[in-house]
Amino acid sequence: MTTWQPILLSRVTQPNSEKIATYLDSGGYTGLRKALTMSPDQIIAEVKASGLRGRGGAGFPTGAKWGFIPKDAPVKYLAVNTDEGEPGTFKDRLIVERDPHAILEGVIIAAYAIGAHRAFVYIRGEFFLGVKRWIKAIADAYQYGFLGKNILGSGFDLDLSVHRGAGAYICGEETAMIESLEGHRGEPRLKPPYPAQIGLWGQPTLVQNCETLVNIPHIILRGSQWYASIGTEQSKGPKIFCVSGHVNRPGNYELPLGVTLREVIYEHAGGVRLGRNIKAVIPGGASTPMLTPEHLDVPMAFETLQAVGSALGTGAVMVMDETTDMVEVVRRITSFFVHESCGICTPCRLGGRRMLDSLERIAGGRAAADELAKLDVLMHGISGLTFCPMGTGMCEPVSSGLTRFRDEFEARVRS
Amino acid sequence: MNQQVRGENPKVQPVGSAVIDPGKQAVLLAALYIAQEQKGYLTPEAVERVANRLGLRPGDVYSTASFYTLFRTEPVGHYLIQVCDGLSCYLCDGADRIAGYVGAKLGLKPGETSPDGRFTLEMVQCLASCGTAPAMRVNDQLYENLTPAGIDAIIERLMGEV
Repeated sequence: MTTWQPILLSRVTQPNSEKIATYLDSGGYTGLRKALTMSPDQIIAEVKASGLRGRGGAGFPTGAKWGFIPKDAPVKYLAVNTDEGEPGTFKDRLIVERDPHAILEGVIIAAYAIGAHRAFVYIRGEFFLGVKRWIKAIADAYQYGFLGKNILGSGFDLDLSVHRGAGAYICGEETAMIESLEGHRGEPRLKPPYPAQIGLWGQPTLVQNCETLVNIPHIILRGSQWYASIGTEQSKGPKIFCVSGHVNRPGNYELPLGVTLREVIYEHAGGVRLGRNIKAVIPGGASTPMLTPEHLDVPMAFETLQAVGSALGTGAVMVMDETTDMVEVVRRITSFFVHESCGICTPCRLGGRRMLDSLERIAGGRAAADELAKLDVLMHGISGLTFCPMGTGMCEPVSSGLTRFRDEFEARVRS
Repeated sequence: MNQQVRGENPKVQPVGSAVIDPGKQAVLLAALYIAQEQKGYLTPEAVERVANRLGLRPGDVYSTASFYTLFRTEPVGHYLIQVCDGLSCYLCDGADRIAGYVGAKLGLKPGETSPDGRFTLEMVQCLASCGTAPAMRVNDQLYENLTPAGIDAIIERLMGEV
Protein backbone atom coordinates (compact mmCIF):
# COMPACT_ATOMS: atom_id res chain seq x y z
CA MET A 1 0.00 0.00 0.00
CA THR A 2 1.31 3.42 -0.97
CA THR A 3 2.17 5.48 2.07
CA TRP A 4 1.60 9.15 1.47
CA GLN A 5 1.53 12.01 3.94
CA PRO A 6 -1.24 14.27 2.61
CA ILE A 7 -0.25 17.82 1.69
CA LEU A 8 -3.46 18.99 -0.02
CA LEU A 9 -5.74 17.55 2.66
CA SER A 10 -3.35 17.85 5.63
CA ARG A 11 -5.66 20.11 7.62
CA VAL A 12 -9.22 19.17 6.63
CA THR A 13 -9.83 16.85 9.58
CA GLN A 14 -8.39 19.23 12.19
CA PRO A 15 -10.73 21.22 14.41
CA ASN A 16 -11.18 24.84 13.24
CA SER A 17 -9.35 23.94 10.04
CA GLU A 18 -11.13 26.72 8.15
CA LYS A 19 -9.75 29.49 10.37
CA ILE A 20 -6.83 31.66 9.31
CA ALA A 21 -5.11 31.08 12.70
CA THR A 22 -5.07 27.32 12.08
CA TYR A 23 -3.66 27.87 8.62
CA LEU A 24 -0.93 30.22 9.87
CA ASP A 25 -0.02 27.85 12.74
CA SER A 26 0.66 25.07 10.26
CA GLY A 27 2.97 27.17 8.10
CA GLY A 28 0.30 28.78 5.96
CA TYR A 29 1.19 31.74 3.72
CA THR A 30 4.95 30.99 3.87
CA GLY A 31 4.68 29.90 0.22
CA LEU A 32 3.26 33.32 -0.59
CA ARG A 33 6.03 35.08 1.34
CA LYS A 34 8.62 33.16 -0.65
CA ALA A 35 6.79 33.72 -3.97
CA LEU A 36 6.77 37.48 -3.44
CA THR A 37 10.59 37.43 -3.29
CA MET A 38 10.68 35.71 -6.71
CA SER A 39 9.98 37.29 -10.08
CA PRO A 40 6.74 36.33 -11.87
CA ASP A 41 8.84 34.65 -14.57
CA GLN A 42 10.66 32.56 -11.97
CA ILE A 43 7.34 31.39 -10.53
CA ILE A 44 5.93 30.45 -13.94
CA ALA A 45 9.17 28.59 -14.73
CA GLU A 46 8.91 26.73 -11.44
CA VAL A 47 5.28 25.72 -12.04
CA LYS A 48 6.16 24.62 -15.58
CA ALA A 49 9.08 22.52 -14.31
CA SER A 50 6.89 20.90 -11.64
CA GLY A 51 4.79 19.23 -14.33
CA LEU A 52 1.54 20.20 -12.55
CA ARG A 53 -1.54 19.66 -14.72
CA GLY A 54 -5.00 21.11 -14.06
CA ARG A 55 -7.19 19.15 -11.64
CA GLY A 56 -10.55 20.41 -12.94
CA GLY A 57 -10.91 17.65 -15.53
CA ALA A 58 -8.99 18.63 -18.65
CA GLY A 59 -5.47 18.14 -17.25
CA PHE A 60 -3.90 21.02 -19.15
CA PRO A 61 -0.31 21.89 -18.05
CA THR A 62 -0.72 24.69 -15.49
CA GLY A 63 2.58 26.50 -16.06
CA ALA A 64 1.99 26.62 -19.83
CA LYS A 65 -1.48 28.09 -19.24
CA TRP A 66 0.04 30.85 -17.07
CA GLY A 67 2.63 31.48 -19.76
CA PHE A 68 -0.12 32.13 -22.34
CA ILE A 69 -1.33 35.22 -20.45
CA PRO A 70 0.22 38.17 -22.34
CA LYS A 71 2.75 39.98 -20.13
CA ASP A 72 2.12 43.42 -21.63
CA ALA A 73 -1.69 43.44 -21.27
CA PRO A 74 -2.71 46.33 -18.98
CA VAL A 75 -5.68 44.49 -17.43
CA LYS A 76 -5.79 40.77 -16.63
CA TYR A 77 -8.10 38.67 -14.51
CA LEU A 78 -7.98 35.45 -12.54
CA ALA A 79 -11.13 33.37 -12.02
CA VAL A 80 -11.13 30.63 -9.39
CA ASN A 81 -13.31 27.72 -10.44
CA THR A 82 -15.29 26.46 -7.42
CA ASP A 83 -18.19 25.36 -9.61
CA GLU A 84 -17.72 21.69 -8.80
CA GLY A 85 -20.60 19.86 -10.47
CA GLU A 86 -19.24 16.80 -12.27
CA PRO A 87 -21.24 13.91 -10.77
CA GLY A 88 -19.03 11.90 -8.42
CA THR A 89 -16.76 14.84 -7.58
CA PHE A 90 -16.70 16.28 -4.05
CA LYS A 91 -13.11 17.39 -3.44
CA ASP A 92 -13.29 21.15 -4.04
CA ARG A 93 -16.33 21.40 -1.77
CA LEU A 94 -14.29 19.76 1.01
CA ILE A 95 -11.32 22.12 0.61
CA VAL A 96 -13.47 25.25 0.38
CA GLU A 97 -15.46 24.29 3.47
CA ARG A 98 -12.53 23.05 5.57
CA ASP A 99 -9.39 24.80 4.32
CA PRO A 100 -10.21 27.83 2.14
CA HIS A 101 -6.91 29.56 2.90
CA ALA A 102 -5.03 26.72 1.21
CA ILE A 103 -6.75 27.73 -2.05
CA LEU A 104 -6.45 31.43 -1.33
CA GLU A 105 -2.67 31.26 -0.95
CA GLY A 106 -2.46 29.62 -4.39
CA VAL A 107 -4.79 32.29 -5.82
CA ILE A 108 -2.56 35.13 -4.67
CA ILE A 109 0.61 33.48 -6.00
CA ALA A 110 -1.07 32.75 -9.36
CA ALA A 111 -2.35 36.33 -9.65
CA TYR A 112 1.12 37.69 -8.85
CA ALA A 113 2.70 35.38 -11.45
CA ILE A 114 0.39 36.47 -14.28
CA GLY A 115 0.15 40.11 -13.12
CA ALA A 116 -3.58 40.16 -12.33
CA HIS A 117 -4.81 42.69 -9.77
CA ARG A 118 -8.43 41.57 -9.78
CA ALA A 119 -9.57 38.03 -9.13
CA PHE A 120 -12.98 36.39 -8.81
CA VAL A 121 -14.15 33.28 -7.04
CA TYR A 122 -16.99 31.60 -8.91
CA ILE A 123 -18.70 29.13 -6.60
CA ARG A 124 -21.61 26.77 -7.12
CA GLY A 125 -24.80 28.41 -5.84
CA GLU A 126 -25.67 25.21 -3.96
CA PHE A 127 -22.52 25.40 -1.79
CA PHE A 128 -24.12 27.47 0.97
CA LEU A 129 -21.45 26.70 3.54
CA GLY A 130 -18.67 27.08 0.97
CA VAL A 131 -19.88 30.59 0.10
CA LYS A 132 -19.74 31.58 3.77
CA ARG A 133 -16.28 30.05 4.21
CA TRP A 134 -14.91 31.80 1.12
CA ILE A 135 -16.27 35.17 2.24
CA LYS A 136 -14.85 34.79 5.75
CA ALA A 137 -11.46 33.62 4.44
CA ILE A 138 -11.20 36.58 2.08
CA ALA A 139 -12.19 39.07 4.80
CA ASP A 140 -9.54 37.63 7.13
CA ALA A 141 -6.92 37.65 4.39
CA TYR A 142 -7.56 41.37 3.82
CA GLN A 143 -7.12 41.97 7.54
CA TYR A 144 -3.81 40.13 7.67
CA GLY A 145 -2.51 41.97 4.61
CA PHE A 146 -2.58 38.99 2.25
CA LEU A 147 -5.07 40.79 0.00
CA GLY A 148 -5.57 44.44 -0.90
CA LYS A 149 -2.91 47.07 -1.53
CA ASN A 150 0.81 46.38 -1.23
CA ILE A 151 0.52 42.76 -0.11
CA LEU A 152 3.10 42.03 2.65
CA GLY A 153 5.02 45.13 1.58
CA SER A 154 5.74 43.72 -1.89
CA GLY A 155 4.04 46.48 -3.84
CA PHE A 156 1.68 43.92 -5.37
CA ASP A 157 -2.05 44.68 -5.19
CA LEU A 158 -4.87 42.15 -5.47
CA ASP A 159 -8.60 42.33 -4.88
CA LEU A 160 -10.75 39.22 -4.65
CA SER A 161 -14.51 38.77 -4.42
CA VAL A 162 -16.96 35.88 -4.33
CA HIS A 163 -19.62 35.30 -6.99
CA ARG A 164 -22.34 32.71 -6.58
CA GLY A 165 -23.44 30.68 -9.53
CA ALA A 166 -27.09 29.69 -9.58
CA GLY A 167 -27.38 26.06 -10.53
CA ALA A 168 -25.85 25.28 -13.92
CA TYR A 169 -23.29 22.49 -14.43
CA ILE A 170 -22.12 24.09 -17.65
CA CYS A 171 -20.72 27.10 -15.75
CA GLY A 172 -17.81 24.89 -14.71
CA GLU A 173 -16.66 25.20 -18.34
CA GLU A 174 -14.32 28.17 -18.38
CA THR A 175 -15.97 30.31 -21.07
CA ALA A 176 -19.47 29.62 -19.69
CA MET A 177 -18.14 30.67 -16.28
CA ILE A 178 -16.88 33.91 -17.80
CA GLU A 179 -20.30 34.57 -19.35
CA SER A 180 -21.92 33.90 -15.98
CA LEU A 181 -19.46 36.18 -14.14
CA GLU A 182 -20.43 38.91 -16.62
CA GLY A 183 -24.07 38.38 -15.59
CA HIS A 184 -25.29 36.50 -18.66
CA ARG A 185 -26.73 33.06 -19.37
CA GLY A 186 -23.92 30.55 -18.91
CA GLU A 187 -23.48 29.66 -22.57
CA PRO A 188 -19.96 28.64 -23.62
CA ARG A 189 -18.05 30.70 -26.16
CA LEU A 190 -16.49 29.24 -29.26
CA LYS A 191 -12.74 28.71 -28.82
CA PRO A 192 -10.34 30.06 -30.01
CA PRO A 193 -9.85 32.73 -28.86
CA TYR A 194 -9.03 31.16 -25.51
CA PRO A 195 -9.64 33.07 -22.26
CA ALA A 196 -5.88 33.59 -21.93
CA GLN A 197 -6.24 36.00 -24.88
CA ILE A 198 -9.85 37.19 -24.68
CA GLY A 199 -11.68 36.31 -21.48
CA LEU A 200 -13.63 38.22 -18.86
CA TRP A 201 -14.78 41.58 -20.35
CA GLY A 202 -12.52 40.90 -23.30
CA GLN A 203 -9.34 40.82 -21.18
CA PRO A 204 -6.79 38.01 -20.76
CA THR A 205 -8.15 35.71 -18.06
CA LEU A 206 -6.76 32.71 -16.24
CA VAL A 207 -9.40 30.23 -15.06
CA GLN A 208 -8.06 27.72 -12.55
CA ASN A 209 -9.57 24.92 -10.48
CA CYS A 210 -9.34 24.97 -6.64
CA GLU A 211 -7.37 21.74 -6.22
CA THR A 212 -4.82 22.91 -8.81
CA LEU A 213 -4.25 26.12 -6.85
CA VAL A 214 -3.76 24.26 -3.56
CA ASN A 215 -0.65 22.63 -5.10
CA ILE A 216 1.01 25.97 -5.89
CA PRO A 217 2.34 27.05 -2.44
CA HIS A 218 3.88 23.58 -1.99
CA ILE A 219 5.66 23.79 -5.35
CA ILE A 220 7.02 27.23 -4.44
CA LEU A 221 8.16 26.14 -0.96
CA ARG A 222 9.63 22.74 -1.75
CA GLY A 223 10.63 23.28 -5.35
CA SER A 224 9.64 21.88 -8.71
CA GLN A 225 12.19 19.06 -8.48
CA TRP A 226 10.57 17.65 -5.36
CA TYR A 227 7.10 17.95 -6.94
CA ALA A 228 8.20 16.35 -10.20
CA SER A 229 9.62 13.40 -8.26
CA ILE A 230 6.05 12.43 -7.28
CA GLY A 231 3.81 10.61 -9.75
CA THR A 232 4.39 9.20 -13.22
CA GLU A 233 6.12 10.30 -16.41
CA GLN A 234 3.37 12.69 -17.51
CA SER A 235 1.29 13.03 -14.34
CA LYS A 236 3.10 14.70 -11.46
CA GLY A 237 2.17 15.32 -7.87
CA PRO A 238 -0.56 14.17 -5.52
CA LYS A 239 -4.22 13.97 -6.52
CA ILE A 240 -7.42 13.85 -4.52
CA PHE A 241 -9.51 10.83 -5.52
CA CYS A 242 -13.20 11.12 -4.68
CA VAL A 243 -14.33 7.53 -4.19
CA SER A 244 -18.06 6.80 -4.09
CA GLY A 245 -20.66 4.19 -5.00
CA HIS A 246 -20.48 0.59 -3.85
CA VAL A 247 -17.42 0.85 -1.59
CA ASN A 248 -17.14 0.32 2.15
CA ARG A 249 -15.35 3.61 2.91
CA PRO A 250 -16.37 6.28 0.40
CA GLY A 251 -14.52 9.58 0.71
CA ASN A 252 -11.69 11.78 -0.49
CA TYR A 253 -8.26 10.13 -0.63
CA GLU A 254 -5.12 12.08 -1.46
CA LEU A 255 -2.54 9.82 -3.13
CA PRO A 256 0.32 10.26 -5.58
CA LEU A 257 -0.72 10.02 -9.22
CA GLY A 258 0.12 6.60 -10.62
CA VAL A 259 -1.50 4.65 -7.80
CA THR A 260 -3.56 1.80 -9.26
CA LEU A 261 -7.32 1.83 -9.36
CA ARG A 262 -7.24 -1.45 -7.42
CA GLU A 263 -5.28 0.12 -4.57
CA VAL A 264 -7.58 3.16 -4.42
CA ILE A 265 -10.66 0.96 -4.21
CA TYR A 266 -9.46 -1.98 -2.11
CA GLU A 267 -6.71 -0.55 0.13
CA HIS A 268 -8.01 2.94 0.76
CA ALA A 269 -11.76 2.86 0.19
CA GLY A 270 -12.14 -0.46 2.01
CA GLY A 271 -13.16 -2.60 -0.96
CA VAL A 272 -16.57 -3.35 -2.39
CA ARG A 273 -19.57 -3.52 -0.06
CA LEU A 274 -20.76 -7.00 0.99
CA GLY A 275 -17.59 -8.43 -0.54
CA ARG A 276 -19.12 -8.36 -4.00
CA ASN A 277 -17.24 -8.19 -7.29
CA ILE A 278 -16.81 -5.05 -9.33
CA LYS A 279 -18.72 -4.75 -12.56
CA ALA A 280 -17.79 -1.22 -13.65
CA VAL A 281 -15.76 1.77 -12.52
CA ILE A 282 -16.01 5.35 -13.71
CA PRO A 283 -12.49 6.71 -13.08
CA GLY A 284 -12.84 10.48 -13.39
CA GLY A 285 -16.42 11.71 -13.11
CA ALA A 286 -19.60 11.02 -15.07
CA SER A 287 -18.23 12.18 -18.42
CA THR A 288 -15.26 9.78 -18.43
CA PRO A 289 -15.64 6.39 -20.16
CA MET A 290 -16.42 3.42 -17.93
CA LEU A 291 -13.85 0.77 -17.13
CA THR A 292 -14.21 -2.91 -16.20
CA PRO A 293 -12.40 -5.17 -13.66
CA GLU A 294 -9.68 -5.95 -16.22
CA HIS A 295 -8.53 -2.32 -15.86
CA LEU A 296 -8.07 -2.39 -12.08
CA ASP A 297 -4.28 -2.47 -12.32
CA VAL A 298 -4.11 0.59 -14.56
CA PRO A 299 -2.26 3.43 -12.81
CA MET A 300 -4.44 6.45 -12.10
CA ALA A 301 -2.63 8.95 -14.32
CA PHE A 302 -3.52 11.07 -17.34
CA GLU A 303 -1.54 9.03 -19.89
CA THR A 304 -2.32 5.54 -18.59
CA LEU A 305 -6.07 6.08 -18.37
CA GLN A 306 -6.04 7.62 -21.83
CA ALA A 307 -4.25 4.53 -23.10
CA VAL A 308 -7.20 2.35 -22.03
CA GLY A 309 -9.71 4.69 -23.66
CA SER A 310 -10.76 6.64 -20.59
CA ALA A 311 -9.55 9.74 -18.71
CA LEU A 312 -8.43 10.90 -15.27
CA GLY A 313 -10.98 13.73 -15.40
CA THR A 314 -11.59 15.09 -11.90
CA GLY A 315 -10.38 11.89 -10.20
CA ALA A 316 -13.93 10.97 -9.19
CA VAL A 317 -13.93 7.17 -8.90
CA MET A 318 -17.45 5.71 -8.96
CA VAL A 319 -17.58 2.01 -8.19
CA MET A 320 -20.42 -0.26 -9.31
CA ASP A 321 -20.74 -3.85 -8.10
CA GLU A 322 -21.94 -6.92 -9.97
CA THR A 323 -25.61 -6.26 -9.16
CA THR A 324 -25.66 -2.91 -10.98
CA ASP A 325 -28.02 -2.38 -13.93
CA MET A 326 -25.69 -0.78 -16.48
CA VAL A 327 -28.52 0.28 -18.83
CA GLU A 328 -30.03 2.26 -15.95
CA VAL A 329 -26.61 3.75 -15.07
CA VAL A 330 -26.09 4.96 -18.64
CA ARG A 331 -29.67 6.27 -18.80
CA ARG A 332 -29.21 8.22 -15.56
CA ILE A 333 -25.92 9.79 -16.62
CA THR A 334 -27.44 10.77 -19.97
CA SER A 335 -30.45 12.24 -18.21
CA PHE A 336 -28.05 14.43 -16.21
CA PHE A 337 -26.30 15.76 -19.31
CA VAL A 338 -29.57 16.38 -21.15
CA HIS A 339 -30.82 18.36 -18.15
CA GLU A 340 -27.60 20.37 -18.00
CA SER A 341 -27.17 21.04 -21.72
CA CYS A 342 -27.21 24.83 -22.13
CA GLY A 343 -28.95 24.38 -25.45
CA ILE A 344 -26.81 26.64 -27.60
CA CYS A 345 -25.43 23.84 -29.81
CA THR A 346 -28.02 21.75 -31.64
CA PRO A 347 -26.07 18.44 -31.50
CA CYS A 348 -25.95 18.57 -27.71
CA ARG A 349 -29.46 19.96 -27.17
CA LEU A 350 -31.40 17.77 -29.61
CA GLY A 351 -28.96 14.90 -30.00
CA GLY A 352 -28.78 14.47 -26.24
CA ARG A 353 -32.56 14.44 -25.98
CA ARG A 354 -32.79 11.78 -28.72
CA MET A 355 -30.14 9.66 -26.97
CA LEU A 356 -32.13 9.83 -23.75
CA ASP A 357 -35.38 8.89 -25.57
CA SER A 358 -33.57 5.93 -27.05
CA LEU A 359 -32.08 4.84 -23.70
CA GLU A 360 -35.50 5.13 -22.06
CA ARG A 361 -36.96 2.86 -24.73
CA ILE A 362 -34.15 0.35 -24.14
CA ALA A 363 -34.50 0.50 -20.35
CA GLY A 364 -38.26 0.09 -20.65
CA GLY A 365 -37.97 -2.91 -22.99
CA ARG A 366 -39.70 -0.97 -25.78
CA ALA A 367 -36.76 -0.75 -28.18
CA ALA A 368 -36.47 -2.54 -31.52
CA ALA A 369 -33.34 -4.44 -32.47
CA ASP A 370 -31.86 -1.53 -34.47
CA GLU A 371 -31.99 0.89 -31.51
CA LEU A 372 -28.33 0.32 -30.56
CA ALA A 373 -27.22 1.09 -34.12
CA LYS A 374 -29.33 4.26 -34.00
CA LEU A 375 -27.50 5.33 -30.83
CA ASP A 376 -24.18 4.97 -32.64
CA VAL A 377 -25.42 7.20 -35.47
CA LEU A 378 -26.63 9.81 -32.97
CA MET A 379 -23.30 9.90 -31.14
CA HIS A 380 -21.53 10.35 -34.45
CA GLY A 381 -23.54 13.54 -34.87
CA ILE A 382 -22.81 14.91 -31.37
CA SER A 383 -19.29 13.99 -30.30
CA GLY A 384 -16.75 16.70 -31.12
CA LEU A 385 -19.32 18.89 -32.87
CA THR A 386 -20.14 21.34 -30.08
CA PHE A 387 -18.66 24.61 -28.74
CA CYS A 388 -17.64 23.04 -25.44
CA PRO A 389 -16.60 19.50 -24.43
CA MET A 390 -20.07 18.65 -23.09
CA GLY A 391 -21.26 17.13 -26.36
CA THR A 392 -18.34 14.72 -26.37
CA GLY A 393 -18.67 14.23 -22.61
CA MET A 394 -22.30 13.10 -22.85
CA CYS A 395 -21.38 10.49 -25.47
CA GLU A 396 -18.51 8.90 -23.50
CA PRO A 397 -20.63 7.02 -20.93
CA VAL A 398 -23.06 5.87 -23.62
CA SER A 399 -20.39 4.73 -26.02
CA SER A 400 -18.29 2.98 -23.33
CA GLY A 401 -21.45 1.43 -21.86
CA LEU A 402 -22.53 0.11 -25.26
CA THR A 403 -19.06 -1.31 -25.94
CA ARG A 404 -18.23 -2.76 -22.54
CA PHE A 405 -21.68 -3.93 -21.45
CA ARG A 406 -23.11 -4.75 -24.87
CA ASP A 407 -24.80 -7.95 -23.68
CA GLU A 408 -26.88 -6.05 -21.12
CA PHE A 409 -28.11 -3.63 -23.76
CA GLU A 410 -28.81 -6.38 -26.29
CA ALA A 411 -30.80 -8.34 -23.70
CA ARG A 412 -33.14 -5.33 -23.34
CA VAL A 413 -33.97 -4.77 -27.01
CA ARG A 414 -36.55 -6.85 -28.89
CA SER A 415 -34.91 -9.29 -31.25
CA MET B 1 -30.95 54.53 -34.10
CA ASN B 2 -33.39 52.06 -32.62
CA GLN B 3 -34.11 54.38 -29.74
CA GLN B 4 -35.02 57.16 -32.18
CA VAL B 5 -37.35 54.95 -34.17
CA ARG B 6 -39.05 53.86 -30.96
CA GLY B 7 -39.30 57.43 -29.75
CA GLU B 8 -41.12 58.51 -32.90
CA ASN B 9 -43.94 56.06 -32.35
CA PRO B 10 -45.88 56.98 -29.19
CA LYS B 11 -47.13 53.41 -28.89
CA VAL B 12 -43.61 52.02 -28.65
CA GLN B 13 -41.84 52.92 -25.44
CA PRO B 14 -38.13 52.30 -24.93
CA VAL B 15 -37.58 49.55 -22.40
CA GLY B 16 -34.35 49.49 -20.43
CA SER B 17 -31.25 51.33 -21.43
CA ALA B 18 -29.78 51.41 -24.93
CA VAL B 19 -26.31 51.08 -23.48
CA ILE B 20 -25.68 48.25 -21.03
CA ASP B 21 -23.23 48.99 -18.22
CA PRO B 22 -21.05 45.86 -17.90
CA GLY B 23 -20.55 46.57 -14.19
CA LYS B 24 -24.30 46.54 -13.60
CA GLN B 25 -24.82 43.48 -15.80
CA ALA B 26 -22.20 41.64 -13.72
CA VAL B 27 -24.20 42.00 -10.51
CA LEU B 28 -27.35 40.58 -12.12
CA LEU B 29 -27.10 37.13 -10.52
CA ALA B 30 -26.49 38.66 -7.09
CA ALA B 31 -29.42 41.04 -7.63
CA LEU B 32 -31.70 38.15 -8.62
CA TYR B 33 -30.80 36.31 -5.41
CA ILE B 34 -31.84 39.36 -3.39
CA ALA B 35 -35.01 39.83 -5.45
CA GLN B 36 -35.95 36.19 -4.87
CA GLU B 37 -35.58 36.38 -1.07
CA GLN B 38 -38.85 38.17 -0.42
CA LYS B 39 -41.35 35.70 -1.92
CA GLY B 40 -39.13 32.68 -2.48
CA TYR B 41 -39.47 33.12 -6.24
CA LEU B 42 -39.06 35.83 -8.85
CA THR B 43 -42.37 37.58 -9.49
CA PRO B 44 -42.75 39.47 -12.80
CA GLU B 45 -42.64 42.68 -10.73
CA ALA B 46 -39.36 41.62 -9.11
CA VAL B 47 -37.82 40.91 -12.52
CA GLU B 48 -38.92 44.34 -13.73
CA ARG B 49 -37.55 46.05 -10.61
CA VAL B 50 -34.17 44.37 -11.09
CA ALA B 51 -34.16 45.39 -14.77
CA ASN B 52 -34.98 49.02 -13.98
CA ARG B 53 -32.45 49.21 -11.20
CA LEU B 54 -29.62 47.85 -13.37
CA GLY B 55 -30.60 49.51 -16.64
CA LEU B 56 -31.28 46.17 -18.32
CA ARG B 57 -34.22 44.98 -20.41
CA PRO B 58 -36.77 42.92 -18.43
CA GLY B 59 -36.74 40.28 -21.18
CA ASP B 60 -32.97 39.89 -20.89
CA VAL B 61 -33.19 39.67 -17.11
CA TYR B 62 -35.89 37.02 -17.40
CA SER B 63 -33.81 35.17 -20.01
CA THR B 64 -30.80 35.04 -17.70
CA ALA B 65 -32.89 34.09 -14.65
CA SER B 66 -34.57 31.26 -16.54
CA PHE B 67 -31.17 29.75 -17.42
CA TYR B 68 -30.31 28.97 -13.79
CA THR B 69 -32.16 26.34 -11.77
CA LEU B 70 -31.74 28.22 -8.46
CA PHE B 71 -33.87 31.08 -9.79
CA ARG B 72 -37.56 30.26 -9.72
CA THR B 73 -40.37 31.95 -11.51
CA GLU B 74 -43.10 29.89 -9.82
CA PRO B 75 -44.10 29.88 -6.13
CA VAL B 76 -42.41 27.25 -4.01
CA GLY B 77 -43.28 25.66 -0.66
CA HIS B 78 -42.04 27.06 2.66
CA TYR B 79 -39.76 24.03 2.86
CA LEU B 80 -38.12 23.09 -0.40
CA ILE B 81 -36.97 19.49 -0.20
CA GLN B 82 -34.45 18.65 -2.90
CA VAL B 83 -33.41 15.03 -3.22
CA CYS B 84 -30.09 14.38 -4.95
CA ASP B 85 -30.63 12.40 -8.15
CA GLY B 86 -26.90 11.81 -8.73
CA LEU B 87 -25.42 8.47 -9.74
CA SER B 88 -23.66 7.86 -6.40
CA CYS B 89 -26.85 8.55 -4.45
CA TYR B 90 -28.69 6.14 -6.76
CA LEU B 91 -26.00 3.48 -6.17
CA CYS B 92 -26.31 4.01 -2.39
CA ASP B 93 -30.09 3.38 -2.37
CA GLY B 94 -30.88 7.09 -2.49
CA ALA B 95 -32.34 9.28 -5.26
CA ASP B 96 -35.72 7.73 -6.32
CA ARG B 97 -35.91 5.68 -3.12
CA ILE B 98 -35.40 8.70 -0.88
CA ALA B 99 -37.83 10.74 -2.97
CA GLY B 100 -40.37 7.91 -2.74
CA TYR B 101 -39.95 7.66 1.01
CA VAL B 102 -40.21 11.40 1.62
CA GLY B 103 -43.02 11.67 -0.92
CA ALA B 104 -45.08 8.95 0.79
CA LYS B 105 -44.76 10.75 4.13
CA LEU B 106 -45.89 14.06 2.66
CA GLY B 107 -48.27 12.77 -0.01
CA LEU B 108 -46.21 14.39 -2.76
CA LYS B 109 -44.55 13.34 -5.99
CA PRO B 110 -41.36 15.06 -7.17
CA GLY B 111 -42.30 18.42 -8.68
CA GLU B 112 -45.35 18.87 -6.43
CA THR B 113 -46.12 21.36 -3.66
CA SER B 114 -48.47 20.50 -0.80
CA PRO B 115 -51.85 22.32 -1.04
CA ASP B 116 -51.08 24.23 2.17
CA GLY B 117 -47.87 25.53 0.61
CA ARG B 118 -45.68 24.03 3.31
CA PHE B 119 -43.62 21.55 1.31
CA THR B 120 -42.23 21.27 -2.20
CA LEU B 121 -40.51 18.04 -3.22
CA GLU B 122 -38.13 17.88 -6.16
CA MET B 123 -35.18 15.99 -7.60
CA VAL B 124 -31.93 17.89 -8.18
CA GLN B 125 -28.65 17.13 -9.88
CA CYS B 126 -25.55 15.92 -8.01
CA LEU B 127 -25.06 17.85 -4.75
CA ALA B 128 -21.36 16.88 -4.44
CA SER B 129 -22.20 14.64 -1.46
CA CYS B 130 -21.22 11.43 -3.24
CA GLY B 131 -18.89 10.38 -0.41
CA THR B 132 -21.71 10.85 2.09
CA ALA B 133 -24.57 9.57 -0.09
CA PRO B 134 -27.51 9.47 -0.06
CA ALA B 135 -28.17 13.17 0.35
CA MET B 136 -30.95 15.72 0.21
CA ARG B 137 -31.32 19.38 1.00
CA VAL B 138 -34.06 21.30 2.80
CA ASN B 139 -33.79 24.99 1.90
CA ASP B 140 -30.12 25.73 2.59
CA GLN B 141 -29.50 22.82 4.95
CA LEU B 142 -27.76 19.74 3.53
CA TYR B 143 -28.53 16.29 5.01
CA GLU B 144 -26.14 13.42 4.26
CA ASN B 145 -25.83 9.68 4.96
CA LEU B 146 -29.64 9.54 4.99
CA THR B 147 -31.51 6.61 6.52
CA PRO B 148 -35.29 6.13 6.83
CA ALA B 149 -35.06 6.89 10.57
CA GLY B 150 -33.03 10.04 9.83
CA ILE B 151 -35.59 11.22 7.30
CA ASP B 152 -38.43 10.53 9.78
CA ALA B 153 -36.71 12.79 12.32
CA ILE B 154 -36.11 15.58 9.77
CA ILE B 155 -39.70 15.57 8.50
CA GLU B 156 -41.14 15.39 12.02
CA ARG B 157 -39.11 18.42 13.05
CA LEU B 158 -40.16 20.39 9.95
CA MET B 159 -43.82 19.48 10.56
CA GLY B 160 -43.53 20.85 14.09
CA GLU B 161 -41.85 24.04 12.96
CA VAL B 162 -44.38 25.26 10.43
